[in-house]
Amino acid sequence: MDVLRRHNVTMTGPVDGQRMLFAHGFGCDQHMWRHVAPAFEDQFRVVVFDHVGAGHSDLSAYDPDRHSSLAGYAQDVLELCRELELQDVVFVGHSVSAMIGVLAARAEPTRFAKLVLVGPSPRYLDDDGYRGGFGPADIEELLDSLDSNYLGWSSAMAPVIMGNPDRPELGRELTDSFCRTDPTIARQFARVTFLSDNRADLSDVVIPTLVLQCRDDVIAPQCVGEYLHAAIAGSDFVLLDATGHCPNLSAPEQTTQAIAAFVRS
Amino acid sequence: MSTADASEVFAQALREDDAQALYDRAPCGYLSTDPSGLLVKVNQTFLTMTGYQRAQMIGRMRFADLLSVGGRIYHDTHYAPMLQMQGSAREIALDLLRPDGTRLPVLVTSLLEREPNGTPTVIRTAVFDASERRRYEQELLLATRRAEQSEAHMRHLAATLQAGLIPPVAPHIPGLDIATAYHPAGTDLNIGGDFYDVYPTGPGRWIVALGDVSGKGVEAAIVTALIRHTLRAVTIQDHDPAHALSVLNDVVFHDDTDRFCTLVLVLLTQHGESWTATVSLGGHAPPLLCRPDQRPTPIGRPGTLIGALPAATFHTIEIPIQTGDTLLLYTDGVTDARHDNTFYDEARLYELIYQHLRSRPNTAPTNTLVETILHGVLAFQHDNPSDDIALLSLTVSPKLNRHGFSAALI
Repeated sequence: MDVLRRHNVTMTGPVDGQRMLFAHGFGCDQHMWRHVAPAFEDQFRVVVFDHVGAGHSDLSAYDPDRHSSLAGYAQDVLELCRELELQDVVFVGHSVSAMIGVLAARAEPTRFAKLVLVGPSPRYLDDDGYRGGFGPADIEELLDSLDSNYLGWSSAMAPVIMGNPDRPELGRELTDSFCRTDPTIARQFARVTFLSDNRADLSDVVIPTLVLQCRDDVIAPQCVGEYLHAAIAGSDFVLLDATGHCPNLSAPEQTTQAIAAFVRS
Repeated sequence: MSTADASEVFAQALREDDAQALYDRAPCGYLSTDPSGLLVKVNQTFLTMTGYQRAQMIGRMRFADLLSVGGRIYHDTHYAPMLQMQGSAREIALDLLRPDGTRLPVLVTSLLEREPNGTPTVIRTAVFDASERRRYEQELLLATRRAEQSEAHMRHLAATLQAGLIPPVAPHIPGLDIATAYHPAGTDLNIGGDFYDVYPTGPGRWIVALGDVSGKGVEAAIVTALIRHTLRAVTIQDHDPAHALSVLNDVVFHDDTDRFCTLVLVLLTQHGESWTATVSLGGHAPPLLCRPDQRPTPIGRPGTLIGALPAATFHTIEIPIQTGDTLLLYTDGVTDARHDNTFYDEARLYELIYQHLRSRPNTAPTNTLVETILHGVLAFQHDNPSDDIALLSLTVSPKLNRHGFSAALI
């Protein structure tokens, strides 16, 4: 399997620059980094990709077993790193990809130089003595939301999104639907994301880590960001003056500055 | 005032409907927020739909605050990114929370306005009551789920039935190498009609049967079961394959089914280190005796289709099978395989076997022979076979296990 095609990998910047790998979160695809990643192309070899099941990844590579846990997604990331021979990697993960990065760095700590976690949460569900922000009913409600909004998905979309490298015009038609995913995969990814619990993995992070937190982020509330900061020894914490869960879209300059201050130092 | 005049006045009033009324009394909720989602303006229709007071909302609530928690996650992970990336998000289904705790299913379309330099200025959103539509959609979703479940159930049933057409474990006869290939055509909902069976009928005696029931599906599977069980019952006592086929013909012909089948029946008898094959055909292609460096030889005399006619004629041919010989049984899914208007046909099959055995004179070729034929036939049809394919080969092993069959019978 060609990992480059599987993940629709795009690489820019100097070929001998330090590797900077940007991973998108639940919902959309690599375009989430469009306003941030280019700012690093002067110094870094910038690698962006789609998780299997998202964007223009190879949907046929989606494996309900492998992708039934974040560990499976972390395996994907490590395979991608091996295939591209990425070493000394700065991993920038948004949303659920923050934890995917933590798991990858835990498995192969020497491969990664730094972790940037944007809007991370090690557990979305509340637990004894821990506030994640959600109850089980909220997750069911999200799944209903996904169902209601994938009525517009038709099976005719699937072959188009499956990737037709020989017919690029099909890709262009989809540029206004970059948050569309096969509904079955979206449901499963939502479950995997929002039912995961990676709190125990945080203390294994041994590389320099930056936690980027938004104000008023309902998905990853500030208390969760602070929990992570405390759990990852020596981590940096930056509170962005941005609302919502996607500062990479709503406040790209601030996000870029905060990441730059951490990775260029 | 005449009626005509009154109509004109009314039409004039409509035409002059002022902008405020057009906004406030629009047939949809209409709201504006700043780029962060903070509400800056809402129309009366929206307030009426939801029961909120204007003062509660303006400058105090964000659009996302109006949503259920699940809806907020969807908003933050899909809706807001789409709006930021493409300037619009259309026909998004959400639930609005009313102040009284009830929910209002809505369809929402938003546009993001930007200054010429690209800085976002305002998000305008139209909100449509979608209560009825959502109920209908939920019924559709339920129906889709039920359809998916019942399809999964069907697949399981079909797979179980299909698996019942061949022995549950790979057939084994001591002293012989047996290889099989079984490839039902079409979708996994469609049960094929090819089958085979291998079983002992006494010390040193084995039956190998391979056939093809007409048609497909559950009914064909039931007829196949009838044929397999009848054959077992008959051949356990009757050691003449031609006579066994006559009995089978009577059973299938007098059964209610209008299906019939083709069949090759081989009785294998062991004599010390050598074997005899007694072959009888019922409307089926003769098995091929394959020897290295020789063209394959068809074995058997044509016999009547099974279950089609009351009076049927079958013959037996007896041949010795020696060490290194291979007997190959196959269904017409091999030779009738088509590409455009060309059949795979016997000539191509014979040539493939000849070349295969010639290229591997010093190895045990049988296990690879059926695989090679299957791949050849599938490739010929561009991996889209029109019919089932069943293949069974048996080769007399160079080293015979004298005690094997008796051990297997215990």
